[in-house]
Amino acid sequence: MDDVKPRVKVPATAAKGETITIKTLISHPMESGRRKGADGNIIPRQIITTFTCEFNGKPVLSIDMSTGFSKDPFFEFSARVEESGTFKFSWLDDDGSTYTAEKEITVN
Amino acid sequence: MSDRVIPMMNRREALALGAGVAAAVVAGWPVLALAEGEADALVQEFAGGKAPETGRVHLDAPEEAADGSAVQIAISVESPMTAEDHVASVLLIGEGNPVPKVAEFHFSPLSGSAQISLRIRLAKTQRVLAIAKMSDGSTFMDVKTVKVAAGGC
Repeated sequence: MDDVKPRVKVPATAAKGETITIKTLISHPMESGRRKGADGNIIPRQIITTFTCEFNGKPVLSIDMSTGFSKDPFFEFSARVEESGTFKFSWLDDDGSTYTAEKEITVN
Repeated sequence: MSDRVIPMMNRREALALGAGVAAAVVAGWPVLALAEGEADALVQEFAGGKAPETGRVHLDAPEEAADGSAVQIAISVESPMTAEDHVASVLLIGEGNPVPKVAEFHFSPLSGSAQISLRIRLAKTQRVLAIAKMSDGSTFMDVKTVKVAAGGC
């Protein structure tokens, strides 16, 4: 899908061992496959099926998603950082597209 | 029928087999349903057939939601989140949704704290269940009922 924009908020710096808060938002219709369009036909299902967050290649959180998510899925969750590095976020779409975002953090 | 390999069971064998099956069902699965319909099978499978304990999981959900298409909820689980002792996964269920399994969250020690906020769809007034599975396999559950004015699926 075009026009899908992930947005991520990660603090720029943190203390070693600190648990930080991460916020993610992605613009996506999360079409459930149960709604009818203006023409009376069912709008085909198109959702994000998996969200993952990794830090320096190690898993932080992943989510198996369903049609039970609201459009423009928003998450707020935690991560513990022991070293500087890069968070990598990815959202996998029903149509095979993957949307990604990266954020660096400096740990003192 | 000269090639028949399975002999007919006599009545006593048939009764014994039936009793064995019944015993296996009772041993493996609680008699009381933990949730309604399809949701119950999801909970049973996730919790390995044992009833999840109460406590440690906190599900925050509104008592009433005007719009079922975006209901703000939060899940948090008490855990030290160390390599030895952490929350492995959390199953989120909307008992009355057309697809009851809303999500499964996979946490790790790098999560620091097993908590997440998100917005979900609820088709009608229903119970929402959050079941956490710890790294030792034990499970805990919290349940909230959300009244939905306008369904959102």
